[in-house]
Amino acid sequence: MTLANVLLVDDEVPFVETMTKRLTKRDLQVVAAFSGPEALQKLGKEKNVEVVILDVKMPGMDGIETLREIKRKHPLVEVVMLTGHATVETAIEGMKLGAFDYLMKPCDMDILISKVGGAASRKREQETKIVEARIKEITMRRA
Amino acid sequence: MTEKQTTGASYYSSLMRNMVLVVILVSITPMILVSGLILYLYQNTYRDKTYAHLAEVVTKHKQNIDIFLKERLDDIRFLARTFTLEELSENSFLQDRLFTFQGEFGQVFVDLGVVNERGIQVAYSGPFKLGRALYSEADWFKKAMNRDYYVSDVFLGLRGQPHFIVAVKENWKGQSWILRATIDFVAFNTLVENIRIGQTGFAFIVNKDGEFQTKPLFDVAASKNIYLDLLHLDKGNGKDVHIVERYDAMGRKNILVADSLKEGDWLLVCQQSRSDAFADLERALWWTIVTNVLGGLAILTMAFLLSGRIVKRIAKTDQEKTKMDEQIVETGKLASIGELAAGIAHEINNPVAIMVEEAGWIGDLLEEEEFKESGNLNEFRRALNQIRTQGKRCKDITYKLLSFARKTDPREQDVQLNDLLEELIALSGQRAKYGNISIRTDFQEDLPAVMVSLSEMQQVFLNLINNSIDAMEKRGGEIVVRTRRAEDHVVVEVSDNGPGIARVNLGRIFDPFFSTKPVGKGTGLGLSICYGIVKKYGGEIQVRSAPEVETTFSVKIPLKKGKSERAVTEPAGVEKQH
Repeated sequence: MTLANVLLVDDEVPFVETMTKRLTKRDLQVVAAFSGPEALQKLGKEKNVEVVILDVKMPGMDGIETLREIKRKHPLVEVVMLTGHATVETAIEGMKLGAFDYLMKPCDMDILISKVGGAASRKREQETKIVEARIKEITMRRA
Repeated sequence: MTEKQTTGASYYSSLMRNMVLVVILVSITPMILVSGLILYLYQNTYRDKTYAHLAEVVTKHKQNIDIFLKERLDDIRFLARTFTLEELSENSFLQDRLFTFQGEFGQVFVDLGVVNERGIQVAYSGPFKLGRALYSEADWFKKAMNRDYYVSDVFLGLRGQPHFIVAVKENWKGQSWILRATIDFVAFNTLVENIRIGQTGFAFIVNKDGEFQTKPLFDVAASKNIYLDLLHLDKGNGKDVHIVERYDAMGRKNILVADSLKEGDWLLVCQQSRSDAFADLERALWWTIVTNVLGGLAILTMAFLLSGRIVKRIAKTDQEKTKMDEQIVETGKLASIGELAAGIAHEINNPVAIMVEEAGWIGDLLEEEEFKESGNLNEFRRALNQIRTQGKRCKDITYKLLSFARKTDPREQDVQLNDLLEELIALSGQRAKYGNISIRTDFQEDLPAVMVSLSEMQQVFLNLINNSIDAMEKRGGEIVVRTRRAEDHVVVEVSDNGPGIARVNLGRIFDPFFSTKPVGKGTGLGLSICYGIVKKYGGEIQVRSAPEVETTFSVKIPLKKGKSERAVTEPAGVEKQH
């Protein structure tokens, strides 16, 4: 079974390529994007994406802006921020906007997998809760 | 104005000189002007009043003398007109009249005589033997015969004693005759002699030839010339009293007040030494000079003292400004370096991340079966681990650079000081190592977090640690960083066994711009800023030093109630870097 469906967003092409291979090898379904707009586009198409690994600093639309758009359009999708520039302000802003967690490059693969797994679990839990709430609502209506 | 101009010794000397001059000008000039004006007005008023007083005295006594002479003249005129020549030619009758006068007026009348038109004294009553005396050639007789009455000058005459006579001319059966009386010189002299003004003022009478008609109180014969021109003063100017100032033979300046007597034949002169008349004025002048000199000295002293103090303060301010400017430049440089470091750190992190990921990928591939048979598998794994380790090391370095270069964040948050101190020690570790300095920690476990600004705390403790390193850089030593909880405070102590701080400097160590470091090495602001930050949080910073043994900076930060004691120094998920 796939551990999680991941959208990996980073403007560094070699990083994305290698990371994709490594994540795939660890039973993650990975879709790659190299910019914020592309990530949003992919998210629109790939409905099964559970976690977005998002680089903060990218040319054009940066990670924070992309995060804001993702949360607006796909509120259930979890986001793990990943950057080479860890500042308190960026971390706080990211968490305020609903990011699941925050990691600094280069990150340990085990920690990343752990965070992604945690994020995917939370998304599934939330989806389950929503489904249960809808079932309950329908049941109550019928009763 | 250039920096050099504002800091040079000559600039401050010039500033001081200008300030002293301005203070003196604006203070002394008005004082002298006002004093001078008041003195000038006072002098004029005083002189006018003195002159008026002298004029009044002279006028009053002139009237007295005129009245005296007129009364004596009226007395003998009454006698001459009341009695006939035959009656008056009787010596006994004349004797009775003289006694009557002397009884009435005292010894003013010395004698009485009747002189016929040939100048022969036909009757005489008096103390001298002047019966049948011949006056036909006498000056007074000639003048008396030409007018109705006559008052002579003082002269010695036949009796050889100073006297003057009053005479009236009458006619009897076509013949003129004269009744004359001798006026006692002493009695007349008393009228003038009694006039005294101040210490030196006296009066006397002179005739047209400048001969004294009364005896002056003081001997003024030597200065006779100064009175002569008074006799020729213009009478047509409407003034009866003339006031002039003249130097006498002794070189003293005198005020002379003169008025004419006896229809201009005599002159009543009142003389007073000017210094005596204006003694009060001279005293006032003297006091004014003394007051002005003392005031001037006081102003001079104050001008120098105040200017000196102000210039000293300006110099100090300039010095502080220069240091502040240097500090601003230094801060600007540091900020630029910080920005640069942050940029480089970020840019390096990305390639390092790629390298680490590539190594990771190789590691993943090595786990596959086809590589497990390779004889160098273990060597590959070791090399990959080394790449990962060095990648992590790069990450640690860039993280520390980023933390250091992070802009000041004044927001208060829960800060675990143990973690913060470990970060700072790691940051300073390399420098300490080069200086042969070891840094030891003695942290209390489970130390509660404090509510402070992370960046400000970084600044405080980095400063203390760097100061210790600076102090021991040349010969090495040990720095011990301790933390502990003391009631409602967290205490952090930074100790070193360096040369220490001299006792005289301990009291000034937190003063702004105080530095014991060589010129250009320290701004003298570090500990002052630390002090300000710690005080801002209601804490304390203290120093104790035993030179060559131990120097300890102790920082107490209060714990704030109601805050979580759990340390949160980094965003979740960020690994701690030490």
